[in-house]
Amino acid sequence: MSTSRREFLKRTSTAAAAGMVLAATGDAGASERTAGLLSPASQGDPAFAELLMRALDAAKSAGADYADARVSLNRTQTINTRERRVGGLSDNETLGIGVRVLVQGSWGFAATSELTADGVVRVARQAVSQAKANRTAGRKPVTLAPAPGNQRGTWRSDAKVDPFTVPVEEKVALLLSANEAAMKNPQARFVNSSMFFLKEEKSYANSEGALVTQTIFRTQPSMTVTAVASGDFQSRQSNDIAPMGRGYEHVTEARLVENAPRWAEEAVAKLGAKPVEAGRYDLILHPSHLWLTIHESVAHPTELDRAMGYEANYAGTSFVFPPERVLGTLKFGSPLMNIRGDRSQPGSLAACGWDDDGVQPEAFDIVKNGIFVDYQTTREQALWLDWYYKKSGKPTRSHGCSYAQSWADVQFQRMPNVSLLPGERDLVWEDLISATDRGIAIVGDGSFSIDQQRYNAQFGGQLYYEIRGGKVVGMLKDVAYQMRTPEFWGALDLVGGPRSYFLGGAFGDAKGQPSQSNAVSHGCVPTRHRQINVINTGRSA
Amino acid sequence: MRRATQEQGATSLSRAEAEALARRVLGKSTATEARVSLSSGARGNTRFAENQISTAGDNTNTSVVVRSVVGKKVGQAATNRLDDAGLKAVVEMSERLARLSPDDPELVPELEPQRYQEGKGWSESTARLDPALRAAAVSSITGPARATGLVSTGYLETRATTFAVANSKGLFAYDKDTDVVLTTTVRTPDGAGSGWAGGASNAFSALDPVGLGARAVDKARKSVGAMAIEPGRYTVVLEPTAVGNLLQLLTGAMNARNADEGRSFFSKPGGGNKLGDKVVDGRVTIVSDPFDPESFGTPFTGEGLPTRPVTWIENGVVRNLNYDRYWAGRQGREPTGSAGGLKMSGGNDTIEHLIAACERGVLVTRFWYIRGVDPRSILYTGLTRDGTFLIEKGKIVRPVKNFRFNESPVVMLNNILGMGTPVRVSASESGNAGAPVVVPPLLVRDFNFTSLSDAV
Repeated sequence: MSTSRREFLKRTSTAAAAGMVLAATGDAGASERTAGLLSPASQGDPAFAELLMRALDAAKSAGADYADARVSLNRTQTINTRERRVGGLSDNETLGIGVRVLVQGSWGFAATSELTADGVVRVARQAVSQAKANRTAGRKPVTLAPAPGNQRGTWRSDAKVDPFTVPVEEKVALLLSANEAAMKNPQARFVNSSMFFLKEEKSYANSEGALVTQTIFRTQPSMTVTAVASGDFQSRQSNDIAPMGRGYEHVTEARLVENAPRWAEEAVAKLGAKPVEAGRYDLILHPSHLWLTIHESVAHPTELDRAMGYEANYAGTSFVFPPERVLGTLKFGSPLMNIRGDRSQPGSLAACGWDDDGVQPEAFDIVKNGIFVDYQTTREQALWLDWYYKKSGKPTRSHGCSYAQSWADVQFQRMPNVSLLPGERDLVWEDLISATDRGIAIVGDGSFSIDQQRYNAQFGGQLYYEIRGGKVVGMLKDVAYQMRTPEFWGALDLVGGPRSYFLGGAFGDAKGQPSQSNAVSHGCVPTRHRQINVINTGRSA
Repeated sequence: MRRATQEQGATSLSRAEAEALARRVLGKSTATEARVSLSSGARGNTRFAENQISTAGDNTNTSVVVRSVVGKKVGQAATNRLDDAGLKAVVEMSERLARLSPDDPELVPELEPQRYQEGKGWSESTARLDPALRAAAVSSITGPARATGLVSTGYLETRATTFAVANSKGLFAYDKDTDVVLTTTVRTPDGAGSGWAGGASNAFSALDPVGLGARAVDKARKSVGAMAIEPGRYTVVLEPTAVGNLLQLLTGAMNARNADEGRSFFSKPGGGNKLGDKVVDGRVTIVSDPFDPESFGTPFTGEGLPTRPVTWIENGVVRNLNYDRYWAGRQGREPTGSAGGLKMSGGNDTIEHLIAACERGVLVTRFWYIRGVDPRSILYTGLTRDGTFLIEKGKIVRPVKNFRFNESPVVMLNNILGMGTPVRVSASESGNAGAPVVVPPLLVRDFNFTSLSDAV
């Protein structure tokens, strides 16, 4: 075992032990919350930096023209309960290094959990040798858009309370109380609740002088209440509570115990809801539903790698193609539609100080007044649009959308938070309902499916309300709408104002091969879309 | 402590190493009962786009999962730090979590030592596939695609892993296996045509990259100029991959507890479950057999229970639902012990025979973005993709636009008109190596296409 390995282990085991002590000491932990694992002292571990430098040196000596390396320690905690029982309580950590190299315009990537001085050299050489194997005659070389080098510093999620310092008993007690509160409703037969926490400590360095360290938190409390009647069952998921890039304060503010009776009531109410009559309706979409429609129909088709065919074998391509015929000209939706990519929103899931190319992300417009104006990019991709940026007087730079889910995976283009901007009129949910003569209001996300170019989509929800003469007249069930993306966004005629903004989101955005999971938020306001096709999904098989 | 099996640093634990590591972990336990699960090995992948390799990755890792029972309380923790401090920390964490947890009323004791058959899922042809060999396999697809003016994209993944489960009662189980999956989507440069082909096995030697590439090229060419036909109920010829995409949804819904609790298709109205009921066509038999050479699986479950061949559906009748150890004990049944993986019965027809038997219908290459709509009927939605053709008078006559379906695998298996020879498919949408799926092509009536998609 090398010296740096020993030092490294000493540090990490001390840090881990400290975390466990905090987890077990109840109130005593509270005073440690600000001084414990969250203190800047735990960021930028010199042992990490030493290993990163060693890996970069080894890659350069082996022939890499460019190299970057990431060491990350991911810690996750999952608590699952059902009714009065804890179904699972687990705490996982994984630590390792991934080294990416460019050799004559060809990528190589290798990763290992062996964080020793020898291990990182071996994996750097392995990445270079793989890059050489990946070269073929006549290939189009990878070139990286310029980025400011010498990026140095630390960044940390907007988390007030490190979830790993909160005693597990407290978390379990909260979930079981919420279950109890839901089960007071006699028809709420099954209740599942859970908490998931992630803390990732990631250090990144590249051969252009970047060395940055980030501490990323993600938190998701959730519940599902299932009501059963003879021959029917209906569930209500608590997806009006979104996962967020925050700490345990997000769980506290979610008020699970207070909300549980409502979710139970709503699950029971769904049993008695009227089956929808298929047809065309004006749809009023709640932000707790709309975020997923934005994710699928706007955020995915504006990924540049997808548009250029790089994801054709799995995630698919895009109808927003080819760039030279759509940038600045494609009518994506009505003039009320403004979409922005942004990784700076506090508490959002994609927030970061630097992406996995070492680039500081910037906020950028994707759709402006209904017109498509830009794609999501990484350093490799920004140069593909050099002609457009020159023409429109913008700098050719990456928008900072590079991301890998762990040390073991290669980074590639992933979506930032992609959000619908509020409208100028200060409209709220109730205003949209009272403005609608015949429609359906949808709350919460449900079933979702969209084609590989992001044209044809079908979305369900959690709750459906029938609107007549500007009023909610009852509850519906078995509702799903089918849409074609440009028509759906073209049919947007009312947009909520800043007061009704909500940040939805998900952990499980899948793309790439091997499939990697991205966590992303989508901010939005309530919207109305005229005359959308609604089907009835209730069937007996 | 780990063994380098090849130059590029692939590592996996041997049986002796796994046993030694498990003993080190269990030696640190102070719990009433403890179980350790080890997973160790190498993964490699090569991606290609625009007829050249885009990215690739090789990684090695060993993970240790410790489950501790303190009294009647359970906690679990995992790490990949294998030094004494890391192992001590993971054991302590699992015990701490257990102590903080309420008693588990559904606790099942750890198993006593068991006897296992030897797993047969390891193939050297997969384990030794390094970046250069992967690049060579890829070029046998990209080369012909480029030569015909088409654009190939795709993915080759290998996994060589050893698994072990050990517990404080002396149980020890060890297995090693490999997986490989190769998929490609070939498109015309203008995006007007798209064709897919893929294959999966435990042995790379069983795959045919050249043939697979040729199939995708052929479909890409023939799919250009797709016309719209009205959505509705169509007779369909489902290629084996498309059948695999949907069949997994049925077996995924066969949880016994959900059925007994009244929240499943397999719940009987008025109580109980559908064990013994005929739910699909009498020609349908579905089994999971970890020792079948076409669908090798691990010889033990995550708890160390020996796996065995399980018949889910026999001649259309539900023969097994999936019982975990707790629910089996409560309901007076044996735990199922399935290794995952699926094999469905078939016939002797080739896919050409099925097409020839179709007066008017649609040929489906694969499905995409399949998501649940209604668990009461196992209703799913999704779309056709990368090779959808109209059949008239027993012949493929032209490409048609893709459809969205809203359909249940139960309905599909009740409407069978013809069955071909089962083959192993790459049934995951993502092209990741998953449990083996061996299925026939099917000729099915009244398949419910509900809308059109402009996506190619």
